[in-house]
Amino acid sequence: MSDILHHNIKLPKGAIEKETTTLNLGPTHPATHGVMQNIIELDGERIVSAEQTIGYIHRAFEKLAERRPLFQITTLTDRLNYCSAPLNNMGWHLTCEKLLGIQTPKRVDYLRVIIMELSRITDHLICNSIVGVDSGAFTGFLYVMQYRELVYEIYEEICGARLTTNMGRIGGFERNFNDTAWKKLDKFLVEFPKAWKEFGNLFLRNRIFMDRLIGTGAISAERALNYGFTGPNLRAAGVDYDVRVHTPYSSYQDFNFTIPVGTTGDNYDRFLVRDQEVWQSISIIQQAYQKVQEFKGAEAEVYHADAPEYYLPEKELVYTRMESLIWHFKIVMGETEIPKGEVYNSIEGANGELGFYLISDGGRTPYRLHFRRPCFIYYQAYSELTKGGMLSDAIMTMSSLNLIAGELDA
Amino acid sequence: MTFLTIDWLFIIEKLVLIIIIILASLGIALYTTFAERKVAAILQDRPGPNRAGPFGLLQPLADGVKMFTKEEIVPTHASKWLFILGPGLAMVASLMTCAVIPWGGSVELFDRKIDLQVADINIAVLYIFAVVSLGIYGIMIGGWASNNKFSLMAVLRAASQAISYELAMGLSLIAVLMITGTLSLNEMVKQQQEGLWNIVYQPLGFLLFFICALAECNRTPFDLPEAESELNFGYHQEYSSMKLGFYLFAEYINMIMSSAVMATLYFGGYDIPFVNDANLYASIGNWAALLQVTSILIKIVIFIFVFMWIRWTIPRFRYDQLMDLGWKKMVPLALFNMLVTAFIVLLKHNGWKF
Repeated sequence: MSDILHHNIKLPKGAIEKETTTLNLGPTHPATHGVMQNIIELDGERIVSAEQTIGYIHRAFEKLAERRPLFQITTLTDRLNYCSAPLNNMGWHLTCEKLLGIQTPKRVDYLRVIIMELSRITDHLICNSIVGVDSGAFTGFLYVMQYRELVYEIYEEICGARLTTNMGRIGGFERNFNDTAWKKLDKFLVEFPKAWKEFGNLFLRNRIFMDRLIGTGAISAERALNYGFTGPNLRAAGVDYDVRVHTPYSSYQDFNFTIPVGTTGDNYDRFLVRDQEVWQSISIIQQAYQKVQEFKGAEAEVYHADAPEYYLPEKELVYTRMESLIWHFKIVMGETEIPKGEVYNSIEGANGELGFYLISDGGRTPYRLHFRRPCFIYYQAYSELTKGGMLSDAIMTMSSLNLIAGELDA
Repeated sequence: MTFLTIDWLFIIEKLVLIIIIILASLGIALYTTFAERKVAAILQDRPGPNRAGPFGLLQPLADGVKMFTKEEIVPTHASKWLFILGPGLAMVASLMTCAVIPWGGSVELFDRKIDLQVADINIAVLYIFAVVSLGIYGIMIGGWASNNKFSLMAVLRAASQAISYELAMGLSLIAVLMITGTLSLNEMVKQQQEGLWNIVYQPLGFLLFFICALAECNRTPFDLPEAESELNFGYHQEYSSMKLGFYLFAEYINMIMSSAVMATLYFGGYDIPFVNDANLYASIGNWAALLQVTSILIKIVIFIFVFMWIRWTIPRFRYDQLMDLGWKKMVPLALFNMLVTAFIVLLKHNGWKF
């Protein structure tokens, strides 16, 4: 104590006399994946209270979006949940299409489904393997990471980028999937299920792992609904809400899949739900692959909707045709007018319901855009979920809620 | 004046032996760090360190150079001397264990019979326990002196873990002591050379001892004191340069030493399996001792590999589960093992034939 006084550090009143410890978990802590701060009040190893602090990587995306034409906002959505960037891209494009009244062809829908489910797999894969890392088993993480690499290679073929993909355009994709992409998808569909099975074998019935997760960070269905939980975290609590089923978008009604549902809403159930969702996603991708192969003739080459005001014309046409040149110029310079209107569109993001609330007052940019970020909602419950638990449980809860700082702060 | 006659040759012999053993254990520890990275790499489907030298074999040296040339940082609020004492104590304690381990039989050089053991003391087992317990002080002092909450919590975990698991370790050891009837490690090895290895009599005891050894070395699943995802690498969080290196080194030396102790207690020490060592000595002389040293080293390497295998496979316990396992499962099991052994030893003593 004299040491502290010697260095002229001002402590709050009663900071030394009190019997609990205040611990700053974050913003730079290995377990806070990203930058967020949990101010935890500890009694020994038991958590008395936890207070969340956010805003360390707030990048004002919603404000930025007000000054950007629609297609430029795609790059902002990349940086929300960067573990599943294509999902955010697709969600945003679907929102724009809803506002602009663009009908996408079936083939585009199916291609989107493939991409969305691939990125759901990558997201769940990271979340579950990070739960493993935080519980001390590092190997599973690196093991499945190789298969994320396969997915990223598919992304590379489709859009050229890997992490922040900026994939697709309003109305479809900027180019068709090439043969290499399909081959890589084939390879992924053959190799990944084996690895995921192995990953499951490593963790699912591991006694230590189960002891660590079961009963920790549990939330009841009622509390989860009150907070506004969605996605795997809500399903783990026993509510079978899935945007893909309840308000189908991008032709999800054409696919057969089940919604895995947990019972207790604890960390282990969240882990299991994600694990099962990956299997469902694999099955959806296989179905979509089948459906895409069934298109014949001209239909088999369609990869975007017919929306000349928003979809960039091909370069060849730009150089040879007047109209295409004009559209090209207008789109690139962001000079296409957006119709007046107000839309809310949500997709089943990897993390939960990812919503875009877009208001347009007719200009070239949105009047207001709000992202419904599932992480932000989960993080509010963090204090309740961790109270009374051990410090180690708090870490596991943080990783199994899949809190991603990029999405949390926007 | 006979008590002043000092056998200078004896002292020189022991000094040479001490230096060789310390250097050897340092060298092995150096390459254990390398092995750890390579084993982890193999288990994780990646190449591992392969840049420095052939197959990355110079990697530990490069790491050493890096450690030595890094900036030494003593945190402002740390208590300086204790902060420096911590890693030193950890290192010394872990190195001291190797004094009593019989690394091989004896060699005949310059008409002298030299035992390949620094000190054949008759309380070697107790000595090991005492020294291993000292190692915890290194961690405690270092973590406490860092004046960091994460370190402090790690230290609390380390201390309680050490106390709980040493108990079960000691109890499982008592069973071995009852069978062998000696505390001298050399004597134990001699008995195992003649009869069967102790693992045959004490499978449960060995299992308990092995789990406790994992806990004593702070290895997964008992690596709570340095849980990187929870406590930011725990007690050595504030350490940099070679002070950090000492902690890491001490951990690896601890691993080697507990492997050596396990090999000695349960797996016949330097005994070469399926070979009559006395005959071997008669035929090839000093080379037999070398073979024996190789034998114990191979046993150690196997144990270390198992340690690493476990480390890179399973998750770690939670603090309360660790205590549960220690007090509610390990200690009763060890007591049970001890009582059964005592019963059988008593029956045997009274003339029962098995």
